[in-house]
Amino acid sequence: MALLEVENLQTHFRTPSGINRAVDGVSFHVNEGETLAIVGESGCGKSVTSMSLMRLVPEPPGKIAGAIRFAGRDLLQLSDREMRAIRGNEISMIFQEPMTSLNPVLTVGRQIRETLMIHQGLDKQAAEAHAIEMLTLVGIPEPKRRVREYPHQLSGGMRQRVMIAVALACNPKLLIADEPTTALDVTIQAQILKLMLGLKRRVGAAIILITHDLGVVAEIAERVMVMYAGRKVEEAPVAELFRSPRHPYTQGLLGAVPKLGSSLAGTATRLAEIPGQVPDLRKPIIGCVFAGRCALATDLCRQYAPGLEEKGPRHIAACHYAAKGAVAA
Amino acid sequence: MSPPLLQVNDLKKHFPINKGLFGQQTEWVYAVDGVSFEIARGETLSLVGESGCGKSTVGRAILRLFEITAGQVILDGQRIDDAHPSTMRQMRRRMQVVFQDPFSSLNPRMRVRDILAEPIRNFGLAKSAEDLEVRVTTLMDTVRLPREALNRRPHEFSGGQRQRIGIARALAAEPELIVCDEAVSALDVSVKAQIVNLLQDLQQKFGLALLFISHDLAIVEHMTHRVAVMYLGKIVEVAPRREIFAAPRHPYTKALLSAVPLPEPGAQRNPIILGGDVPSPIHPPNGCRFHTRCPFVFDRCRIDEPELRSTGNGQWVACHLETLPQV
Repeated sequence: MALLEVENLQTHFRTPSGINRAVDGVSFHVNEGETLAIVGESGCGKSVTSMSLMRLVPEPPGKIAGAIRFAGRDLLQLSDREMRAIRGNEISMIFQEPMTSLNPVLTVGRQIRETLMIHQGLDKQAAEAHAIEMLTLVGIPEPKRRVREYPHQLSGGMRQRVMIAVALACNPKLLIADEPTTALDVTIQAQILKLMLGLKRRVGAAIILITHDLGVVAEIAERVMVMYAGRKVEEAPVAELFRSPRHPYTQGLLGAVPKLGSSLAGTATRLAEIPGQVPDLRKPIIGCVFAGRCALATDLCRQYAPGLEEKGPRHIAACHYAAKGAVAA
Repeated sequence: MSPPLLQVNDLKKHFPINKGLFGQQTEWVYAVDGVSFEIARGETLSLVGESGCGKSTVGRAILRLFEITAGQVILDGQRIDDAHPSTMRQMRRRMQVVFQDPFSSLNPRMRVRDILAEPIRNFGLAKSAEDLEVRVTTLMDTVRLPREALNRRPHEFSGGQRQRIGIARALAAEPELIVCDEAVSALDVSVKAQIVNLLQDLQQKFGLALLFISHDLAIVEHMTHRVAVMYLGKIVEVAPRREIFAAPRHPYTKALLSAVPLPEPGAQRNPIILGGDVPSPIHPPNGCRFHTRCPFVFDRCRIDEPELRSTGNGQWVACHLETLPQV
């Protein structure tokens, strides 16, 4: 059985200019120990999806509907108190910006201790010892000294390591990483990605990785789900998705990213553009969400939204034409 | 050979930090510490490096958004770092800038029409009101925005469209050089591709020289002619695109390139993972500035600072090693 099963998740926000359907009927699952990447551009609903899983969406103006079954329980049916026992304990989260997600007036050690004392009932000394252990695990030099330091005394890369230590302190079954390396420089990003890969093997937590960086996806994900305008448009194992993307949006996304080394291979050509822009989610969308920007869109696409269909082994996409092979890369 | 459009000689910019109760103890941030390069007409030179390496400071120093500490900036044979304000004004027309954040770099109270007309009026480029109108509408066509949008204000546009407005504003002054300071970094993948293509088209059409400041190496490789790699306020390597991406000579360049995750699952790559963090530009290390993180460091690097030396094919590298060991 899957560790997490999300069914028809709808997260809508009431705004002065209408209801914003940020996430509109998304279903997916994550198996134990698996890494699922959720990919898409700003406003596609990937972060709102992750916030919904943690029930961190402010209600109102937000409203979450559907079902989020985690280890057999529907998170949307739990009381706030029950939910608090899960957050940071069984499901934890790493955010993009380590400066704003760590408390600047508390020492690093205290922030790691806090989760251990609340969720695991450890006393202060045991928690402190465990905090030092966690800092060692995430590769922070001199953990005994660092544990007494404040976030501003650490560099960006170090702060992200601390965030990871906080998130993993209680041995969560599921870790949600929302753009964990986006704010970091490439050499530091390489350090953090290596750390995450190593930890995945050692800790065995399932990971939901939210990102727009296809390079990071290729590096650490096993399965990928592509979102566009609040919907899931494609899902496949990572190698399959990069080798034969079926949805025109996914194809466009892959074509729009230049590859390092392409000028040497002589394959450097003009970047593929996806014309136009993301539709306004406050207006109801009739037909396929991507029809307005799709070169292959027909009247069929503009009138009827395609359902997710199987296009290959464990590969689904929401496109009327993908199955016929009419969509060429 | 005609002289380069832009020449930067031993540029330095040190920012003071006042410490102590009355600000009497002054320390310095050595943001840019001796940088030299040239840009030819119609050429793209990319300045790459990680946060804090000084690449944006170089861009701003060239535009003379502040006074430099030492060195020379020469535009088309004329020194501009110490030019008189009246001459400087004319020189400013010839170099324009596109900033990273299209949300904060456009005045929210101005209509697009006024944003574009301002540089044209400022430099007296239009002969008449009709001419001004023609210029403004042509600019909209050039950056592929609808003409009706001229009467709207920036908040009505998406990020990509705003960046087009920013580019149109830069073009309005008919510049020869545009400094693109992380001009596509804040944009989404699909929109980024649109803007990169637009910049390349404009370069061809107007013979523009671009100083492309970026940390995104894949985009840089896609659109540049030459690359200068910066680390802690210095250029560690400068070379044509082919040389830098095929055969980087500096260990930092090599590490930087190997750290970029490739959009190819299962790709065999062997990243050089640099330990630690970039040292502070207030107290840069002695000797080679990269020695604290370099995997090939030896005694000389800690004492003796390497100068940029030519290794042929237009490639220059600041490293004591003749060839890099295999990793």
